[in-house]
Amino acid sequence: MGTELERLTPAPPEGDLLDSPRFPQAAKTELANHQQRTNLRHATTTIRNKRARVVGELSNWQDLRDAGEAIKTRVGRHLDEYLLQFEENFTKAGGHVHWARDAEEANRIVVALVKDTGQEEIVKVKSMVTQEIDMNEALEAEGIAAWETDLAELIVQLGHDRPSHIVVPALHRNRSEVREIFLKEMGRYGTPPPDDLDDQPKNLAGAARVHLREKFMRAKTSTSGANFAIAETGSLVVVESEGNGRMCLTLPDTLISVVGIEKILPTFDDLEVFLQLLPRSSTGERMNPYTSVWTGTTDGDGPKNVHVVLVDNGRTNVLADPEGRAALRCIRCSACLNICPVYERVGGHAYGSVYPGPIGAILNPQLRGTDSEIDRSLPFASSLCGACNEVCPVKIPISDLLVHERHKVVEAKKKDPPHIPHTAEPQIMAAAAWVMDDHRHLELAGKGSELGSRVLGGLLGWKKIGPLPPPLSRWTDARDVPMLPEQTFRDWWKQNRETKK
Amino acid sequence: MSAREVILARIRSSLTDVPVGVAPERDVPVAWKYAQAVDVGDVLGSFAQRVADYKATVVRCAASEVPDEIAKALTTLGVRSVVVPTGLEESWKDAVTKAGAHVVVDSEEHRLSHKELNDTGAVLTAAAVGAAQTGTIVLDHSADQGRRALSLVPDVHVCIVRADQVVSGVPEAVARLKASVQAGQPLTWISGPSATSDIELSRVEGVHGPRTLYVIIAE
Ligand code: SF4
Repeated sequence: MGTELERLTPAPPEGDLLDSPRFPQAAKTELANHQQRTNLRHATTTIRNKRARVVGELSNWQDLRDAGEAIKTRVGRHLDEYLLQFEENFTKAGGHVHWARDAEEANRIVVALVKDTGQEEIVKVKSMVTQEIDMNEALEAEGIAAWETDLAELIVQLGHDRPSHIVVPALHRNRSEVREIFLKEMGRYGTPPPDDLDDQPKNLAGAARVHLREKFMRAKTSTSGANFAIAETGSLVVVESEGNGRMCLTLPDTLISVVGIEKILPTFDDLEVFLQLLPRSSTGERMNPYTSVWTGTTDGDGPKNVHVVLVDNGRTNVLADPEGRAALRCIRCSACLNICPVYERVGGHAYGSVYPGPIGAILNPQLRGTDSEIDRSLPFASSLCGACNEVCPVKIPISDLLVHERHKVVEAKKKDPPHIPHTAEPQIMAAAAWVMDDHRHLELAGKGSELGSRVLGGLLGWKKIGPLPPPLSRWTDARDVPMLPEQTFRDWWKQNRETKK
Repeated sequence: MSAREVILARIRSSLTDVPVGVAPERDVPVAWKYAQAVDVGDVLGSFAQRVADYKATVVRCAASEVPDEIAKALTTLGVRSVVVPTGLEESWKDAVTKAGAHVVVDSEEHRLSHKELNDTGAVLTAAAVGAAQTGTIVLDHSADQGRRALSLVPDVHVCIVRADQVVSGVPEAVARLKASVQAGQPLTWISGPSATSDIELSRVEGVHGPRTLYVIIAE
């Protein structure tokens, strides 16, 4: 308690995200959390259905996905040219561009920029990359308070918690938990909620409005991420719902936007593709309530000092693998989380990263390498049902990349120094990978659990899949469905969807 | 080497499989026709319908009736003070006074402070573009729309969209807005009032932006 009061902002849970227990262990803990499973199932089902409805409204959805895929592929293959073009145009418009090789450097730049303003607090627009680099903690360590202003992020911050979903970070909390958090913590860090606060979402949101408005009115400095950075015009784009983004982007004097280098779009025209793909995939709305576009500074409107920090932090590692590179197309819509049966059961915390779900399972080991236990286990955190491939608006072949990453984990393990005892792991992984690395193998293996068991069992010399020996047991122990789906997603789709048209 | 040079060098050495000297558009063609109209049937009708779907109030009227509709809106909403941008049509400004509300002009000479904006009941602006398919209104912050803070801080936004500003969908809207962006103007895309679904996914209108959006379509 004593140390907590010395902090400017609520302390997050102890320990580093990377120290998280490896996935299957974490999954077991999270699986036991009944409340969370109920909240998760309700939430993912609701968003999934909304998404399906609004996507169904567009007859050219598949063309849009093809366009999204192509534009992002182009960006990846010519990233240096586009970044330079963005830098030139953003600078011409009065903005300042900084480059950061890794999280530490990005934080150093942000801290220095905030210190230049003489401010001891900032307001924040929710952003994945600032979480990825743990910016709030870096600022806190330098005596700067960073206030989350997205409602869900506020719940997470005041709850001494971590986000569990890309778009709805407090998905795992229900209304009565939110009420308790607000009553307990809000008053310690600003305007308290009314004493008679009940658990109606409307009133909880009202309490947040009052609490945060006071912070918006006095804020002189803010940070954000960006959903898109447009090379041709040097503009940044932020897509949001609540208006907290607009508050942070326009009211303070200084705005610092931390942006992953993969966020580029070549031209302003390309926005028409992504402003159709993103909201529908993300929250299942035809359009999100607010989108802000700004280009450097504008006289008499908005912040006078505008900075962008372009962050690598492992993205060039991802780029270096021509196959794995597809993961950089991700626009963080979270459609793959919402449809994933594994995510729905275990929740976001089990992934040990700010990027949970199917995209996290492929992106984290690519960004961070496969040195940690958690990153080695993540590519196995999937049943390869393939549902994520079908919903991804930029057509990332997630299940192919999972198999690809499994290979890499196996290779990395082979290279472990000899004092780390070797198990039969590489062979097992290789066999499992063989089954999964080609869709024909997968479909063959998946023609029914009998045959599937025989194929994998034959390779490994077992009778049935059952609980697998270590290290695959990490995965099979943590779940109660067969290793291979009884039916491949393709078959299921054929039977259940195509025939119904 | 600076971080910039290091990152650019890392990118280049990661892309050895990409042929050198091939233009990006040739390397990866995009099979998409930009700026196409989308099929929404009656454009204005769909626009009105879709904006209303977001729980905004939508009124359609003849251009000459706009002042009356503004007065009606302010009376219905019980608004006592209204901030307006300098470039707003005079007859629209006058309508505010006629409705008995106080007009506050935000001008280059007198920029309202955040607190003054916060203490104002409503904001009245024009718009740049409307998109029917998604029920979206876009401000490009020209003189009749004012700077971004105006349409953000007051709790009520009364917005007037002219029929000829309404296009079928996002592709046409993006095409129309390009010149503004190239001129360095910021954009604000608005689809309904501020909303959150962060608590058990129940939608609540109005967290931080205007909780009430009142749209008058001038035909
Ligand atoms: S991988 Fe695809 S579906 Fe998943 S968050 Fe990224 S863009 Fe969305």
